[in-house]
Amino acid sequence: MNIHEYQAKQLLAQYGVVVPSGGVVTTPAEAQAMAEKLFAGGVSRVVVKSQIHAGGRGKGVFKNGVQGGVKVCASLEEAVTRAEAMLGQVLVTKQTGPEGRRVSKLLIEAASAIKRELYLAVLLDRGVSRPVVMASTEGGMDIEEVAAKTPERIFKETIDPAVGMLPYQARKVATALGLTGDLLGAGAKLIQGVFKTWWESDAALVEINPLCVVEGPGGKEATVAVDAKIGLDDNSLYRHKDIQAMRDLAEEAPLETEASRHELNYIKLDGNIACLVNGAGLAMATMDIIKHYGGNPANFLDVGGGASKEQVTAAFRIILSDPNVRAILVNIFGGIMQCDIIATGIVAAVKETGLTLPLVVRLEGNNVGLGKQILKESGLTIISGDSMADAAEKVVRALAN
Amino acid sequence: MSILVTPQTRVLVQGITGAVGARHAQLSLAYGTQVVAGVTPGKGGQRFEQKVPIFDTVAQAVAATGATASAIFVPPAFAADAILEAADAGVALVVCITEGIPVNDMVKVKRALAGASTRLIGPNCPGVVTPGEGKDSQGGCRIGIAPGYIHKKGHVGVVSRSGTLTYEAVWQLTCRGVGQSTCVGIGGDPVNGTSHLDVLKLFNDDPETHGIIMIGEIGGAAEEEAAAWIKQHCRKPVAGFIAGATAPPGRRMGHAGAIISGGKGTAAAKIAALREAGVAVAETPSVMAETLLRRM
Repeated sequence: MNIHEYQAKQLLAQYGVVVPSGGVVTTPAEAQAMAEKLFAGGVSRVVVKSQIHAGGRGKGVFKNGVQGGVKVCASLEEAVTRAEAMLGQVLVTKQTGPEGRRVSKLLIEAASAIKRELYLAVLLDRGVSRPVVMASTEGGMDIEEVAAKTPERIFKETIDPAVGMLPYQARKVATALGLTGDLLGAGAKLIQGVFKTWWESDAALVEINPLCVVEGPGGKEATVAVDAKIGLDDNSLYRHKDIQAMRDLAEEAPLETEASRHELNYIKLDGNIACLVNGAGLAMATMDIIKHYGGNPANFLDVGGGASKEQVTAAFRIILSDPNVRAILVNIFGGIMQCDIIATGIVAAVKETGLTLPLVVRLEGNNVGLGKQILKESGLTIISGDSMADAAEKVVRALAN
Repeated sequence: MSILVTPQTRVLVQGITGAVGARHAQLSLAYGTQVVAGVTPGKGGQRFEQKVPIFDTVAQAVAATGATASAIFVPPAFAADAILEAADAGVALVVCITEGIPVNDMVKVKRALAGASTRLIGPNCPGVVTPGEGKDSQGGCRIGIAPGYIHKKGHVGVVSRSGTLTYEAVWQLTCRGVGQSTCVGIGGDPVNGTSHLDVLKLFNDDPETHGIIMIGEIGGAAEEEAAAWIKQHCRKPVAGFIAGATAPPGRRMGHAGAIISGGKGTAAAKIAALREAGVAVAETPSVMAETLLRRM
């Protein structure tokens, strides 16, 4: 699960990470009040930031023609005008796809006088099964590009989960970021706070890009997390009620949300051949084999190891909600799952949904004979596939006809 | 021979009274596996199916029955504890079937197991099967949730991150009259106990394994690591398949570990690494067995 920038900053602040002052608003009136408060507090400029779960907001374009989902404003009037122009509008960025995302929340905060932009992230290093803190002096840029072009500018510190991040490790990272003097201590504290946020929240990724050296009051330098992105480990959400409450269903694809309600794992893709499979690996492999025979998968759908008749019916409803779908491939390896139960589910689903699209079913495994018999005796037009290859070929051919 | 388990291996089941644990303990017993104990805290002294003694702790179960392998079916929130309890009791092989364990719990488990003599398989895996000589491969050792009847005793080792895709490969072999030495599902999570490489080394050293099918998927770099080792050390023919060539980047494809992030973990990179190491890569998942048999 991903959360918004303003939520990420709330979490980070709980662990002592310095973030700009400000807050989230949902109406122009709230935007005005927030901006007024910030200007009254002595801030010279504020920044208005669209809150969507996608990167590239600054360079994004609203469908109403307004340029930029992030704007620095020097006056109260400007901040209110900007907020009005953004709220309720659809923002298209390089990560949203052409359909864009509706902006219903803005983060309004003090704009910092930035002197340097740095990069800081915590994630899992799968190679050693330990957390790793990644830092770079090349902040504000696409870190993947930095890693590809100048890997020597990325510093990594692996953390031993038995003891957590030790102060000396935070100082090492701070030093690698060029933080010296008074900034060393403050920077190290911030870095430890970022690690703690990752560890205590069970995050998959905490990314501060940019982490800024700013000019604070009296010309004194300080470190501030100017932007923040947090992705959570879904498996751990059960023990974080506060983070669960941060879920924003408006940011999720409605079909995927509907699927998760039925404990199905569905991801919509661009093609027109829907597939329904048991097991994640087999589901991926089914998409691959459709492509191999010249087709295009419309989705990834794993019905899990023990799907019920109700789940199969729900799965059919979900894949048929995608208007691009022109044919369906069901691929079930009934290891423990019984093919006759799946077959009964398929027949019920086809009848319930009044399916008219070509349907190819490949059943294998437990009670396969009985399963095939149920399909045959149903009187429905179901094309039977003998192997994965046979089924994939048949569904691609059915589409061509 | 085989790797990890033999038909004589004495198995205990943690979470034997839960719905899934009970069902699969029963199926393992029917397969002929030596299920000698169950563990469910608070139910010590009872018997499973009037036959298998249930204990409150793994230590008690091991002391009373001499079990050397454990199958874990406890819910995700308690699985890390269950794994470490088994390790503490000296269980040599711990197979964790549980899906949905918090990643950080596994980070801690992996750290705690460092240097220990216990081998962990999984979590989020179908388990381990060494087929037996009976009808439908009965009389073998089945730890986990794989269907027993699809197996056949023989000389091909299968290692995979995915459950149903493992069954697919095993069934392709069995349908061609080719048996398996041992089939190992290592699980689809980003942090797991035993890697592809660990299992490949075991197969390479097992005189009864004559060829290997290795099934990987997008995410991580475990397949690349395995490929590098194969190139240097593997003396046996290996066929591979990587699932997820058509998966979009940044999306988790069911398994927590199956995600392409930062341009890493793509199927193309993995397939290239395997080819470079001399592994015969199956064009489609339909020809995994065929691809290996052409090499053998």
